[in-house]
Amino acid sequence: MTELRTIAVGDRIVHKTFPAITRHKLALYCGASGDHNPIHVDIDFARAAGFPDVFAHGMLVMACLGQSLTDAVPPDRIRSFATRFAAITQLGAKLTCEGTVAELFEHAGERRAKLTLTTKDERGEVKLAGEAVIAI
Amino acid sequence: MVDQSAVGRSFTPVTAQVEPGRLRYFLDTLGETNPLYRDAAAARSAGYTATPIPPTYLFCLELMDAPDPFEFLTALDIDLARVLHGEQSFVYHAPVVVGDTLTFRSRVVSVAEKKGGALTLIGVETAVTNQHGAHVADTSRTIVVRNEVAS
Repeated sequence: MTELRTIAVGDRIVHKTFPAITRHKLALYCGASGDHNPIHVDIDFARAAGFPDVFAHGMLVMACLGQSLTDAVPPDRIRSFATRFAAITQLGAKLTCEGTVAELFEHAGERRAKLTLTTKDERGEVKLAGEAVIAI
Repeated sequence: MVDQSAVGRSFTPVTAQVEPGRLRYFLDTLGETNPLYRDAAAARSAGYTATPIPPTYLFCLELMDAPDPFEFLTALDIDLARVLHGEQSFVYHAPVVVGDTLTFRSRVVSVAEKKGGALTLIGVETAVTNQHGAHVADTSRTIVVRNEVAS
């Protein structure tokens, strides 16, 4: 775990890569998350909706980013966590999650850091762009 | 198409249990190995009262225990096949751990059209409280609806 007390603006404290997203992973996440939208697991439904194939749940990708974040920062130190879903994450995508320190500040007597977060696929396409505020 | 009349609508509150077995399934699915989430003793020695939950798991708890997880789409006459997730945020006020019972209260806070009506963006905010009445989190999501546009 990162020593948070000594972090500085520009430090990359979050970095993790994930194996390629499989159909099996999407099926497991459908059950594990309660998000039963068939668009992520049923190719017939996805095609009828105008997509070439099933694709990853945005929240599966955010869960990977969240895992990367709590590898570096204990969950009880996270004050907020937000992302924008910039692009659909396709089957086979190998995700890389990163977070760098954008700002250090104080709020109600607590020292905090704002982290800039991204998740990209193996081609470098941004899938999620977001930020987290943590207590340090 | 969803219009401004949807703003302010609220939906049936959802009560959800933070159950260890379901949480383990989520952790296994994501290949999560962090001992804080897997070992109650490790969590307690790190200062938690019980095993904490990962940062996005609130979203799952609300869906899993909702009698109708797509109530809001049905109520607003939105086709599930036309929905994408645009944005998601969580603000955490207090820890949530295994054994907690949470209540989720959601309401529509905004409706906006984009790209000449091709997309409708719907903002939904959810307040989360626990079994002690403590306000533990606020979550916010933006749902993107791909509208049928006459060509």
